[in-house]
Amino acid sequence: MKAVSVQDAVALIPDGASLMIGGFMAVGTPERVIDELVRQGKRDLKIIANDTARPGQGIGKLVDKGLVSRLIASHIGLNPETQKQMIAGKIQVELVPQGTLVERMRAGGSGLGGVLTPTGVGTLVEKGKQKVDVDGKSYLVETALQADFSLVHAFLADYSGNLSYALTARNFNPVIAMAGKTTIVSVEHIVPVGMIAPDHVVTPAPVVDYIVANG
Amino acid sequence: MDPQTIIAKRIAQELQDGMLVNLGIGIPTLVANYVPEGTKVYFQSENGLIGTGPMAEEGMAQALLTDAGGRPVTALPGAATFDSAMSFALIRGGHVDMTVLGGLQVDSHGHLANWMIPGKMVPGMGGAMDLVSGARHVIVAMQHTAKGKPKILEKCTLPLTSARPVDLVVTEMAVIGFPDGRATLLETAPGVTVEQVTAATEAKLALPDRIPTMQV
Repeated sequence: MKAVSVQDAVALIPDGASLMIGGFMAVGTPERVIDELVRQGKRDLKIIANDTARPGQGIGKLVDKGLVSRLIASHIGLNPETQKQMIAGKIQVELVPQGTLVERMRAGGSGLGGVLTPTGVGTLVEKGKQKVDVDGKSYLVETALQADFSLVHAFLADYSGNLSYALTARNFNPVIAMAGKTTIVSVEHIVPVGMIAPDHVVTPAPVVDYIVANG
Repeated sequence: MDPQTIIAKRIAQELQDGMLVNLGIGIPTLVANYVPEGTKVYFQSENGLIGTGPMAEEGMAQALLTDAGGRPVTALPGAATFDSAMSFALIRGGHVDMTVLGGLQVDSHGHLANWMIPGKMVPGMGGAMDLVSGARHVIVAMQHTAKGKPKILEKCTLPLTSARPVDLVVTEMAVIGFPDGRATLLETAPGVTVEQVTAATEAKLALPDRIPTMQV
C-alpha cells in the first residue's frame, strides 16, 4: 500500500477507464476522489456502481459533467440527469438487480466466473442469459464483473492499509475493494497499525493499493 | 382514514413477533408506524442494516446511517450493519420473513409489475426483484386504482418484477390473496362493498362465501 495525494491517485486513472465505485445514494462514496475526477476532467468513464445518487452528489457529479459513457447500476430513479442522458443515448446503461450486481462484483473479486441466481428468471432480466436448473429450480447465469480501478471509501485505515467501515457507509465498498485491478481508498481517519483489531479488519491490507492521504 | 393509512394499518396486522421485515419506499414505509403492541420485529434496510429505527430527529442525523432511500435513520439497540452481499444473501436466502413493496400492476395469478414503464419511467429495479424472488412472504401495498383505472388486471401489461407470485395485495378497498394461484377477495375495507371492489378490479376475483370487513 502507498499513501498518495488525491491528485496523484486520480492521475493514475486514464480516460476510458472502468471504475467500480462504492457507496449507496452517495453514502460511503469516495467523494474526494470523485471531485478530483471532475477537476481533472477524466472522460469516457465506464462506471459500475449501485446508483448514481442525485445530481450534485457522489457519482451524480460525474454524470452532471458528462464524463460517463457507460453505466452498470441497479437504480437510477433518483437521478433525473442520468435518465435524461440514457434516453439521449449519451450513457449506455445496463440495469441489474441489486443483489445480482453485488454478487457479480463479488464473483469478479473472488476468482469466480459468475453466480447462479433465481432473481430475474421470467423477467426482462433473463434476456440473452443462460439458464441452469439445479434440483428442479431455474437460475440465471450471471457473469462476473471486474474493473480497472476500485474506488472505495472506508471509515478507518491503518498505515498498512487495513480497512474498517462505518454503519451503512459499508454497503458495496468491501466487495468492490476486491474487484478492481487497482484499489484506491479514501478514508475518514488514518490510524496507527494495531489500532484496528484483527477481528475488526474488514478489508485486509494486501488488497489495498493506494490510500488517499487526508488533508 | 386516508387510503395510505388503511393500507399500512392492515398490513401491520400481518407482522409477527421476531420477524425480519423489509419495507419498500412509499406506502410500505408507513407500516412501521403501526407495529402491534407487544410485537417486536426487525426492520432491514437493504443498504446494510437490521434494526432500522425511526427517522433521525432534527439535528441528530448521522451522515453514515441511512435507509435504502438515502434518508437519515436511527439504529435501535441490538442493530447490525453489514455489506450489500450479506444484505442480499439475507433477502435471497429466505432469511427475510416478509417484504412489503409498492406496485404498479398485479395480475390474476399474483404476478407483480413494479419497476418500469417502458418509454416513460425506467428507474431500475434496485432490490425489488431480489425481494420478490427471495422473501418468504411478499405483500403489495398499493392504491386499488390509478387515475380511475384498475391496477389489478387479468394480465400485467408492464414488465414483471418476478415470476414468483406475491402472497397478498392490500389496497384501500380490499385484501386480495392468491390461494390456488387465483386472485381471491379476502376482505373489504370498511364501507366498501364487494360489488365496488369487483367493479374497480379487472382481474376476475374469486368470491368466498364469507368476506369479512378489514379491522382497521
